[in-house]
Amino acid sequence: MAVTPSSADAGESKKNYLEIKGVTKKFGDFYAVDDVDLVIPKNEIFALLGSSGSGKSTLLRMLAGMEKPTEGRIILEGQDITDLQPYVRPVNMMFQSYALFPHMTVEQNIAFGLKQDKLPRDEIADRVGKMLDLVQMKKYARRKPHQLSGGQQQRVALARSLAKRPKLLLLDEPLGALDKKLRVQTQFELVNVIETVGVTCIMVTHDQEEAMTMASRIAIMSEGKLMQVGGPREIYEYPNCRFTAEFIGSTNIFEGRLAVDEPDHIVIESQDLGRGIYVDHGITGPKGMNVWYSVRPEDVTLCRDKPDSQHNWVEGKVHDIAYLGSHSVYHIKLASGRVVMANVPTSHWGEAKPATWGDDIVAKWGNNAGAVLTS
Amino acid sequence: MNKMPLSNRLFMVMGYFFLYVPIASLVIFSFNESRLVTVWGGFSFKWYGEMFRNDDLLHAAGLSFKIAFLSATLAVVLGTLAGFVLARFGRFKGQSLFAGLTSAPMVMPEVIVGLSMLLLFVSLQSGLGCSSDEPLGLLSRMGCWAFGERGMITIWIGHTTLCMAYVAVLVQSRLKELDRSLEDAAMDLGCHPFKVFFIITIPVIAPALVSGWLLSFTLSLDDYVLTAFLSGPGSTTMPQWIFSSVRIGPTPEVNALATVVIVVVTLFVVVSNRLMLSAQAKRDKAMQAAFSGKS
Repeated sequence: MAVTPSSADAGESKKNYLEIKGVTKKFGDFYAVDDVDLVIPKNEIFALLGSSGSGKSTLLRMLAGMEKPTEGRIILEGQDITDLQPYVRPVNMMFQSYALFPHMTVEQNIAFGLKQDKLPRDEIADRVGKMLDLVQMKKYARRKPHQLSGGQQQRVALARSLAKRPKLLLLDEPLGALDKKLRVQTQFELVNVIETVGVTCIMVTHDQEEAMTMASRIAIMSEGKLMQVGGPREIYEYPNCRFTAEFIGSTNIFEGRLAVDEPDHIVIESQDLGRGIYVDHGITGPKGMNVWYSVRPEDVTLCRDKPDSQHNWVEGKVHDIAYLGSHSVYHIKLASGRVVMANVPTSHWGEAKPATWGDDIVAKWGNNAGAVLTS
Repeated sequence: MNKMPLSNRLFMVMGYFFLYVPIASLVIFSFNESRLVTVWGGFSFKWYGEMFRNDDLLHAAGLSFKIAFLSATLAVVLGTLAGFVLARFGRFKGQSLFAGLTSAPMVMPEVIVGLSMLLLFVSLQSGLGCSSDEPLGLLSRMGCWAFGERGMITIWIGHTTLCMAYVAVLVQSRLKELDRSLEDAAMDLGCHPFKVFFIITIPVIAPALVSGWLLSFTLSLDDYVLTAFLSGPGSTTMPQWIFSSVRIGPTPEVNALATVVIVVVTLFVVVSNRLMLSAQAKRDKAMQAAFSGKS
């Protein structure tokens, strides 16, 4: 897609390809989307991740023009598109239900948008042919949508939304209608097609695996607000709040008070554990403040003997075990009643007998295993 | 079938007996040679011949079909618009009132609807001054042309009011179960909302429109009560003709007419059923082919 930036600083406009400025959507007194700011560079695949009712779909519909923001502006490649009607926006969307027109063939579906633009007939045929090739649906060009499997319908829907060469492609739960096995395979296919075409893409999903596989950056949304924006690794390893830490993957969160605050380390006193948590970096905050410590189950190791150190371990009884093949998830119940989760690789026990229900066990983690959260 | 207890079988036979024996006897007696309806005088097609020579009857039947066609068509247009507004425009001021008024003709006693329409047309006639000798304005002249005397146009309006209520309900329920993102997608691909309605919405709900049209056609074809209020001299419909001729004394001619109507309706239902079934079979086959030939 040939894009000729009008401004001289092409680099700048590439970085600020899509700007969402203070966008708010109110339904009555309810804030569906609450003052969202986002900047998305050209050719990025960006995911809005959140549970249902988080406002992610409303934000997507505002980008498509099907909802009008109560406040804020949406700027695409320097052009303010906030007030543009959906049928004149250079934005196309792939719907969750695919929304293929049942009375038209695959070909006609893909050609629909081009016909609305009154392109010459042979150019339409040419572009439709290329799209069919791109999604490998040439064989099925004359089929009706109901004669296609779910995966095939998804490919037609993708081809249809790409046919007009939109400046921005929106995907609403792109794989939500497929079954689990097909979904994993389709994720990579979809990314390949999007990258081949080179289109900037925003997708909405509630499936964190999907978001982490497909997107280069992810925004976590909750109650209409953006909680955190970052790459998949960043949000998983460095969550900035309890919501993100708990939403992405599973985690153990301990509440505590900042007891020792040195530039190179801190210690958190936690009532839950009855023992301190030692973290080998400093944080900014007054001593005595309330903090939370999040440590992922895969960073917790189990052993039978008590370590010498006075921090970062707890003892308890094995309460539950979920065997998952490559690893098992252990639930360790502490004396305080708290449950700590630990992922234990199946190879961990070696020759020794694996810990089983009711065993006394020690769970420990490293000094840099978790993240300190202040909110 | 064999396991069905005797009592159940008895009730079933009785049910069918009460439903179909009268109809069967009507058909049989339409082939009666005798002028007396209840006395069998030998087999004959005589009354069918009589029927096709009876100008009054042919005129009445023709008028009925004309009105049924026009009413069904107008009812589909207006009913679709009403159904679309009810299903797609969300909450608007006066929505419940509009919904109630749209479906009211379905539940209101026809006698009352007919009477009120008669009063309306009568007062229109006097209001427009149709029977006065003074020269009239253009609008009044047009009004008098349409409503000056009761006949096809007034019956058409009455039947349309009744039928469009049914169409509106059909269209509304079809639209409610229709995936709304179809229309959103068309708009997203650059289609103006007005055009979306004609090239996406209408084709997709076409089956509902066809059944709405057929329902309206039959409703209008056999309506008696409304017609009785709204017809004038020279505009006798088929049901009216049947009623009046039966009042004098039932003739085998009426039986013959009824038989023709039954045959036409039955053929129509059988053919449309066949067409629908074969379309469904074709669809199923194609679907199977699609899934087995999956790459």
